[in-house]
Amino acid sequence: MIDQWAVFLTMIGMGAVTYLPRLLPLWLFSSRDLPPLVVAWLRYVPAAVLAAMLLPSLVMPEGRLDVGLENLFLWAAIPVFAIAWRTRSLFPPVIVGMVLVAGVRLFT
Amino acid sequence: MGYVPIGFAYGVLAKQAGLKTFNAVAMSVLVYAGSSQLIGASLFGAGAPVASIIVTTFIVNLRHMLFSAALTRYLKGWRKRALAVFAYELTDETFAVHSAQFSEWVPLKAEVIATNVTAQLSWLLGGWLGAVVGGLISDVKPLALDYTLPAMFVALLVMQIRLKTEVVVAVLAGSMSVVLTLIGVGRWSVIVATVLGATLGVILESHWPQHEATAA
Repeated sequence: MIDQWAVFLTMIGMGAVTYLPRLLPLWLFSSRDLPPLVVAWLRYVPAAVLAAMLLPSLVMPEGRLDVGLENLFLWAAIPVFAIAWRTRSLFPPVIVGMVLVAGVRLFT
Repeated sequence: MGYVPIGFAYGVLAKQAGLKTFNAVAMSVLVYAGSSQLIGASLFGAGAPVASIIVTTFIVNLRHMLFSAALTRYLKGWRKRALAVFAYELTDETFAVHSAQFSEWVPLKAEVIATNVTAQLSWLLGGWLGAVVGGLISDVKPLALDYTLPAMFVALLVMQIRLKTEVVVAVLAGSMSVVLTLIGVGRWSVIVATVLGATLGVILESHWPQHEATAA
């Protein structure tokens, strides 16, 4: 059992480190006033962090490397990618991906 | 409105990870950042140390700093208190909506805030429903709720990438993350891969200046 009080306190910390980056640029800078090197570095953070979270979940869903045909998570990512590319929005690709994975599990 | 189903998935997963309904909903108030809440729930479930949960949340949500910086010039007339409210509800989705709209015109403050509040209420509603239902579900696999986060990352990644160097950075950071995980670096592998990946991006950019053109 996890300690719910510890979870709550941890979430306050998570909230603080989420809120400050959202707030400080609005309060302190206009976009051109951030140091160029910081802007350049920050610009690569989204691509880097999202890929770093994503790739292990696709190629090692069970904790070991698996790029075989039976790796549903990996192959379902292809239509999700295509729909995300076309719609440029968050929800349609996510819903399609989940329906696809649920469907394949239902029929196999 | 799309927030409800993903919020629902979050609620179920948070409950399954061992959070009480109160805490599952509280995270949508205290943190309010979709993908990092799903990650947070799984880290709590895995019994990760507090420091690694907070640092991971920080790194995963650091991209919002860019969103904030990008919208600053449209909101110059706003007071600090209004900006503080706006910043609290600045997520991937609300940023996408606002940045598309602000480039044409900036609506009244009340309308901007109303958009954000609606988004968060949908997220809260979905999360609460999910947490309640999550107590009744024994297995998340038939509903593919375990695929919510990977699918969300694919979509967010596609939405973020504009430059060729970003594609290179994504491939490098993703591969490093896999390798680091395989050799047993564990929970810090994402952070190490992100910091190295973004740094390599800056180095690459300085040697490949023709790709600088389309800054966000």
